[in-house]
Amino acid sequence: MVLSKTSSESDVSVHSTFASRYVRTSLPRFKMPENSIPKEAAYQIINDELMLDGNPRLNLASFVTTWMEPECDKLIMSSINKNYVDMDEYPVTTELQNRCVNMIAHLFNAPLGESEAAVGVGTVGSSEAIMLAGLAFKRQWQNRRKAEGKPWDKPNIVTGANVQVCWEKFARYFEVELKEVKLREDYFVMDPVKAVEMVDENTICVAAILGSTLNGEFEDVKLLNDLLIEKNKETGWDTPIHVDAASGGFIAPFLHPELEWDFRLPLVKSINVSGHKYGLVYAGIGWVIWRSKEDLPEELIFHINYLGADQPTFTLNFSKGSSQVIAQYYQLIRLGFEGYRNIMENCRENMLVLKEGLEKTGRFNIVSKDDGVPLVAFSLKDNRRHDEFEVSDMLRRFGWIVPAYTMPPDAQTVTVLRVVIREDFSRTLAERLVCDIEKVLHDLDTLPAKISSNLAINGEEADKNVAVVIKKSALETQREITTVWRKFVLERKKMNGVC
Amino acid sequence: MVLSRPASESDLSVISTSGSLFVRDSLPKHKMQENSIPKEAAYQIIHDELLLDFKPKLNLASFVTTSMEPECDKLIMESINKNYVDMDEYPVTTELHNRCVNMIAHLFNAPLGDSEDAIGVGTVGSSEAIMLAGLAFKRKWQNKRKAEGKPYDRPNIVTGANVQVCWEKFARYFEVELKEVKVREGYYVMDPVKAVEMVDENTICVAAILGSTYNGEFEDVKLLNDLLLEKNKQTGWETPIHVDAASGGFIAPFIYPELEWDFRLPMVKSINVSGHKYGLVYAGIGWVIWRSKDDLPEDLVFHIKYLGADQSTFTLNFSKGSSQIIAQYYQLVRLGQEGYRHIMENCHENAMVLKAGLERTGRFNILSKDDGVPVVAFSLKENKGGHDEFEVSEMLRRFGWIVPAYPMPPDAQHVTVLRVVIRAEFSRTLAERLVHDVSIVLHELDKLPPKVSAKGKEGAPVTAAHEENGDIDGAGHKRKSTDLETQREITTYWKNYVIAQKTIKRQKVMAS
Repeated sequence: MVLSKTSSESDVSVHSTFASRYVRTSLPRFKMPENSIPKEAAYQIINDELMLDGNPRLNLASFVTTWMEPECDKLIMSSINKNYVDMDEYPVTTELQNRCVNMIAHLFNAPLGESEAAVGVGTVGSSEAIMLAGLAFKRQWQNRRKAEGKPWDKPNIVTGANVQVCWEKFARYFEVELKEVKLREDYFVMDPVKAVEMVDENTICVAAILGSTLNGEFEDVKLLNDLLIEKNKETGWDTPIHVDAASGGFIAPFLHPELEWDFRLPLVKSINVSGHKYGLVYAGIGWVIWRSKEDLPEELIFHINYLGADQPTFTLNFSKGSSQVIAQYYQLIRLGFEGYRNIMENCRENMLVLKEGLEKTGRFNIVSKDDGVPLVAFSLKDNRRHDEFEVSDMLRRFGWIVPAYTMPPDAQTVTVLRVVIREDFSRTLAERLVCDIEKVLHDLDTLPAKISSNLAINGEEADKNVAVVIKKSALETQREITTVWRKFVLERKKMNGVC
Repeated sequence: MVLSRPASESDLSVISTSGSLFVRDSLPKHKMQENSIPKEAAYQIIHDELLLDFKPKLNLASFVTTSMEPECDKLIMESINKNYVDMDEYPVTTELHNRCVNMIAHLFNAPLGDSEDAIGVGTVGSSEAIMLAGLAFKRKWQNKRKAEGKPYDRPNIVTGANVQVCWEKFARYFEVELKEVKVREGYYVMDPVKAVEMVDENTICVAAILGSTYNGEFEDVKLLNDLLLEKNKQTGWETPIHVDAASGGFIAPFIYPELEWDFRLPMVKSINVSGHKYGLVYAGIGWVIWRSKDDLPEDLVFHIKYLGADQSTFTLNFSKGSSQIIAQYYQLVRLGQEGYRHIMENCHENAMVLKAGLERTGRFNILSKDDGVPVVAFSLKENKGGHDEFEVSEMLRRFGWIVPAYPMPPDAQHVTVLRVVIRAEFSRTLAERLVHDVSIVLHELDKLPPKVSAKGKEGAPVTAAHEENGDIDGAGHKRKSTDLETQREITTYWKNYVIAQKTIKRQKVMAS
């Protein structure tokens, strides 16, 4: 506690926050201020500045959970000061993590006995989970190669070009080569046939995604498994599979239980899932499960005597909060199978409502599939005058955050907008979004086409541009843009109708 | 939102939680159950089981903050649903992160212009921070060796044997050899002279700790810097220094501002600090600062378009909560330098009170220094009566205190210490109470029979260092026992112990 020292001004506690001088001085940005300020002022000023952040619930770009029940919020707040890694001091919290690991392992049909403890760990997110899984594969492969007396300095991993960035991070930080299977214009996930062709003796594993970030599609893990079994028979390399089920891991078992993608397939050795996506917990929790003890090399596990007790640990992070682990357990027992199933079915229904609404406008191609992660990825049928990025920008004015992005190679001519349907995205919101998108299209139709020189920079879209390509100076371009926007704003002010 | 389905039982909303059948079923431990349960029941059941965790504030083993102001708790709860990595959607949160980086960089005297942005990043803790710093050193060194046409497959890092486990993790996971400078009895941190001797052409950096976890001591970074400058002149290797200031980074600038340990020393290229230790934030935030852009190789930084906007990222974790970052900014702005100084001075004072109290019992050696992290590390003077620090630790638990006991690192592993960390919320009252309870524990231990032999040491966690140990207590004798004999010895010991305890209790009851 801070010893109270007598202040040199009149008693600060009397002034209301907005009457005090604290709202007149600008908050420091580069150096710590010399003096303290009252806690109420600190709270108010920071809180007010944070009002300018986007509204998390309207962030349709993200898969990550943005709403939990108040009871769970209470549990979170009361455990915010527990450092998860103090396993000796917080044995119940540690036990809850273990129960979550067991439950999720069973959800993925891990080959376990009735009371056998699963092999897995809670992480801060799928990034850490993937790095741990990758490390395990890399070490296993290295040990095997050393035993065979073969070189082990050039490990690689085979994935689709649609992988999330954390695989590229893993590859770059842990010095593993990333061999990407390129996409095609009509096939936005990893092709199992091509993937298996790319496997060589240095491949530590093949990573399949259950729920591609770009369009929500589930990759065909079963086909990959069958093809890889064949190849392994011929080559004897024993190449395993890792399934990145960051989004799909909490969807497939409830909506598509007959889909074989998990440990039911013999070559799948580890799976990661994000608790903070469809596990329905706030940001900061992921899980990685290994098939069995053999798939996690013992030398990677640390047994330490750090705070006075023996603690086995295989994570990249050490100290971290306990709240999300407890929240994950809350969700698993509060909802149970039926609860998760209901929620995923709702998400799917609302996704279909949104999809149909968009199709009815007649202006969009739907790029996502009906089965998979509940999201709608769509692109403009005709994007010569205005493209998806403009649609995305204009939707912000309504408060919606809908991202637009180009597909990875070799499908980079395709740009999509993507809306993720989370638990808290109700049908009302879906209908409202369709309405607002129609308004945006209407607005865009009244605007002139984008400045051509901007498009000339982007080689791929130049041929789609009907307008004449003229090289303009930066100043001219600026002037044109300002004129367009001025006109646009004037027109907007006329149109504030209710849908 | 979950669709409500009609339940097959009578209306659940009427039955009180304790009257419902939910408290009769055992909670699932291995598999998810089929049905949902009401949220009130879920809350109550989990909350009640968690009562059996120990109290965070009495956990004197940990450096990590366990108490923050209610205003900050409010900010934390309000931002709990913001995913930090959505920089485009939450620009203010990202801005607050950058301000923290700048402030901490200035705190460490990074050579920056007035409005120049510092190079650094917020992490989930010092583990991630250290891995990032280590990665940067490794990549820089590899690039240099490749350019020189020399082999780059055997990088190593020089540290003291007293390093925190995350350095060993870094070494093992990122395939860098760990060259440890052994400590000795009476000198429990890395010796700069020995460290510099161990530096070779494959050394990617030397890591010094400002605030050793074992006894809170600050290593002599200035001496290390000067010696390394000399060696670099001779060899031309340009070996840099990293300072692991996980604990010390928020202490030294406030109560030892004249101590040169940070970017004022030219060889120091990166520093990490735990926001959740003396940065006074709950668990889950650390910071790593680089001296300049040159010290962070560009090919490690990712520029991605994941959610529709361009974001640069150099962290191991991607999605994570924003709460701790906002809480860190709150603390920096709310307390300012004078606030942090007051708190650190208080911690230091209370550490002195505890130390004086323990010295007054006449039974302990104090192994921590007065300067450094406010920690009191102490060991029993002589193990007469055959009791050791582990027993003291065990018995203190009965009073609710968690005070860990552990052996020092090699080559001083025959020394066992108890360690109390003085955090911001550890007041003088608590310090005096702890001394009082320690006295009681000593008193009770004196009445108990001594432990049987080196093998009969129940409750002592087995580590490799521990097993190499000779006798800790003078009463033990080295004799190879069979498993069965050892079991019998342990059972007999505990039987005696429990009987003795019952006697003490009876005496207490009769006395009160």
